Amino acid sequence: MNLDFIDNGIVLNHIQAGRAMQIVEALKLHELESTVAILKNVKSTRMGKKDLIKIDEMIDFDVDALGFIDPGITVTIIKHGKIAEKKYLTPPRTLTNIIRCKNPRCITSTEQEINQIFSLAQPEPPVYRCQYCQAAYTNGK
Amino acid sequence: MPRHLIDIQDFTQEEIAALIARSEDIIARPQDYQDSAARQKLATLFFEPSTRTRLSFEAAMLDLGGSILGFASQDSSSATKGESVADTIRTVQCYADIIAMRHPKEGAPLVAARHATVPIINAGDGGQNHPTQTLTDLLTLHREFGQLHGLTIGLCGDLKFGRTVHSLIAAMARYPGVHFVLVSPKELVAPDYVIDVIKRHGATYEECRTMDAVMPKLDALYMTRVQRERFFNEADYVRLKDSFILTPDKLKHAKPNMIVMHPLPRVNEVSVLVDALACAKYFDQVRYGKFIRMALILKLLGRDAA
Repeated sequence: MNLDFIDNGIVLNHIQAGRAMQIVEALKLHELESTVAILKNVKSTRMGKKDLIKIDEMIDFDVDALGFIDPGITVTIIKHGKIAEKKYLTPPRTLTNIIRCKNPRCITSTEQEINQIFSLAQPEPPVYRCQYCQAAYTNGK
Repeated sequence: MPRHLIDIQDFTQEEIAALIARSEDIIARPQDYQDSAARQKLATLFFEPSTRTRLSFEAAMLDLGGSILGFASQDSSSATKGESVADTIRTVQCYADIIAMRHPKEGAPLVAARHATVPIINAGDGGQNHPTQTLTDLLTLHREFGQLHGLTIGLCGDLKFGRTVHSLIAAMARYPGVHFVLVSPKELVAPDYVIDVIKRHGATYEECRTMDAVMPKLDALYMTRVQRERFFNEADYVRLKDSFILTPDKLKHAKPNMIVMHPLPRVNEVSVLVDALACAKYFDQVRYGKFIRMALILKLLGRDAA
């Protein structure tokens, strides 16, 4: 794979440095058959340093999960070697089954089949609250 | 879709005002309501023990001419066999027209509401919400002061796990000019989401560690029990349970018309010597609890225009 060139695929740019592996795990990129390039600590004029992921395949992925992990990510869709679309993420209003509530008093702690639903309580920095028990979560906590 | 009461904020201020007005009418003319819920059944599903709340719901339904069924502890339900909340509700709604539910896990009544075809009333879930106690508290405050706006309310004791406190703050923060004085040990301060509610509604608050200095400014002092069942270890409970005890001596500097409220049961946080004082309103709260639950049952059964 030429790191500078993707014919059909997705580039995740402007990832906060150090978060690339969290995205690989969330989007299950390690399970893909196609080439996935993970670049860490790339020099960036805007961010100082950033992570970058190039996926040499068009995949469906959970935009909400990506927006939760890092709403600053730019998603570029490449088709036939050209930029077909650029998406700028925002923190999703709700998260369903992306994170799990850690509050032992929450009903979701004993009834595992209940959907884990979190609502955006504060946009900047993004804070989510469990719809069932109001426990607060930010990315990484 | 049936209407539920899971969080006090499910109801608008107008709806709460209507419930208070209906309660006042029930207090004045109870005979007019004795058949208002005839042939309707209330199921009380109490997965956690209760005296006042369960009996109050049952008395409310009986006084409306309805019937009651249910269980008073988790041990006497299929929850001990591992039945889910959703399945319990799907079963009970085959037998009852409205369900009042208390559960030790936070969010359980919300799960119930998402599977219910009949109204669900949250009668207390873990340390989170207790909206019918709050309706009782609002009726008490309204009866004492004739209004809910502009009051300074002291909340004392366990503000971290005290679900009655959380619901009361959420309800009162919406009224203009309300000021909260939060008195607790630092281990039991109100959670940040409760503080967020105060800020979001533009109400004001202050936090302090003792009640003495703030007593003269209060219109109402809401005492709470430091609850053994909310602690993970006995040592923390024993260390903090006696932190805040109200005695007649501490009330010497209170306003003449200040009232003392408590959701009950109490352990020792309000001295029995306070009971004889005119400011003690906690047994009035118990009495009002039945009337506001009568008004609530009528509303959720769609009979509030009666």
